[in-house]
Amino acid sequence: MSTFTNIGAIVRKEWQHYFGSPIAYTALFTWNALFAVFFQFALTYFLEASMNPGGGMGGPPKPNINEWIFRPTLMNMAVVALFVAPMLTMRLFAEEQRQGTWELLATSPITDWQIVLGKFFGAVSVYALMIATSLLNFAVIFYYAEPRPEWKPVLTGALALLLMGSCFIALGAFLSTLTRNQIVAGILSFCLFLAIWTLSWLDNPMASDPVKVLAYLGVTNHMDDMVKGVLDTKDIVFYLSFIGFGLFLTQQSVESRRWRE
Amino acid sequence: MIEVADLRKSYGRFDAVSGVSFTVGQGEILGFLGPNGAGKTTTMRILTGFMAATSGRVTVAGHDVFKSPLEAKRSVGYLPELPPVYPDLDVTSFLDFCARIKGVKPADRKSRIDRAVEKARLGDVRTKIIGRLSKGFRQRVGIAQAILADPPVLILDEPTAGLDPQQIIETRDLIKSLGGDHTIILSTHILPEVSMTCHRVVIISKGRVVAEDTPQNLTARLSSQGAIRVQVRADTRTAFDALRDVEGIVTVNPRGGDSDHTVLELEPLAGVDIRAATARAIIGANIDLLSLTQVSLSLEDVFLELTTKDAATISEVAPAPIFTPIAASEPGDPPAPPQEPAPSAEPTEPKETH
Repeated sequence: MSTFTNIGAIVRKEWQHYFGSPIAYTALFTWNALFAVFFQFALTYFLEASMNPGGGMGGPPKPNINEWIFRPTLMNMAVVALFVAPMLTMRLFAEEQRQGTWELLATSPITDWQIVLGKFFGAVSVYALMIATSLLNFAVIFYYAEPRPEWKPVLTGALALLLMGSCFIALGAFLSTLTRNQIVAGILSFCLFLAIWTLSWLDNPMASDPVKVLAYLGVTNHMDDMVKGVLDTKDIVFYLSFIGFGLFLTQQSVESRRWRE
Repeated sequence: MIEVADLRKSYGRFDAVSGVSFTVGQGEILGFLGPNGAGKTTTMRILTGFMAATSGRVTVAGHDVFKSPLEAKRSVGYLPELPPVYPDLDVTSFLDFCARIKGVKPADRKSRIDRAVEKARLGDVRTKIIGRLSKGFRQRVGIAQAILADPPVLILDEPTAGLDPQQIIETRDLIKSLGGDHTIILSTHILPEVSMTCHRVVIISKGRVVAEDTPQNLTARLSSQGAIRVQVRADTRTAFDALRDVEGIVTVNPRGGDSDHTVLELEPLAGVDIRAATARAIIGANIDLLSLTQVSLSLEDVFLELTTKDAATISEVAPAPIFTPIAASEPGDPPAPPQEPAPSAEPTEPKETH
């Protein structure tokens, strides 16, 4: 019971930091602005394609809203997550170290796991809020489009975005434990996220086995099916294990401080 | 209430704390005294569970800090050297957060926060952002945080550092008022603080306990030596010559002066009263004796004595090189020390004048 109240207390405090400083507003603004831009582009392409008189008998099929608007927008946002996640994670532990507040957390009757989980969920919930607010853009389509587009792929796509971003957040939290300088933590996280993202480029049927393994770790690859509306256990398990591993590294790093310090 | 047994903390080959043991009884205020780098903060951090020890045993309120850390942490309130406050929160939200992670029951939260605010006299700044508060107020927020959950043990690392004199007095009064209900360990390098607030003092130096006693006893241990200080109208050389044949003087240390007069501190053999003989010798040499006072050692002297020398030499203060010539004397003609035991390896640094 006290486990949840402790985690809850940390989540609450993280929110007070995020919204007591420009961080949350900057992240929300950047995310929503870019979402709107990508959405606008996709919408324009879609409209142009629909107007194209090349359709009709024997021509290409009519463009589908899910495929032409929702999917590309969500996939583009995966790249935006790569920029925004370090904003949310860089100060998580580095700032506590620098301010000396780590001494408060470490000497309170609360376990390292509770601190790590509290901070992780604090960041993830802000990120979830970003996704939720940006999905309002799609509401316009659901309101006007005839026939109605499918809503399930939008939900699974948003879930994919959330899981993928959570992987970045878990890793970013770990990197933030390694330094007391949040800028260093931010840059390290960004470089690592970028490297992980590029891994997905390696994915091609001709690749050798080791390359395939690397490509498998590219977190964006596992979004493809979910964004199409296919919820595969394999992808969920991948994301959850990735997050679990990141959090495990974080907890280990936090615990090892007791011995290093 | 607190038991520390043979505590060690090593960083590679360097021992920050090497075999510290002490106990603190219920309701006692223990002063933890030592120069910078002596291992005070390290010891306190181990007591609070912030860091692990290399070896040794620490029990706080019946809980082993290493075996049941959560229980031990629940019974300790800790004020680190740097107050652990979030500059972007206001005082009340910060204390509310602390109450939550310290496991204060939701029903008690408000009353506990009110009590801590009242005790730390934070009433006027409750709604202010901590980052905009002065150092003194931040320190008080740190104290409020430590006493918030009403733990039986308080560990305060230099609670008065960085405060103005008025705040220091208030903080000392607060600490004194907390003693009795709470068992307190407080570290400091301000010595009067120890004699004013603490029941007992543990002096540590280079990671070891060099003395443990009440402030009164510690002072008494060294003040019985009967050292005296004389001010004479003469240069150092002349004054030395005049005192050379006085029986019972073991060391003569120059303690400043100017072209007009010289101040010397004389340490006698144990139990010998050298006041009369010294006065006679000075007058006999036709030198004006301006003043002659008995040096009563303050806690500062005890502290310096203990932390700059080996613990073993406390009771029989090692004779230092005597008749230390200062600039005035001619080179190549050092005044001969009278029959004297072998000079100890390290020369006595001139003590600070008080």
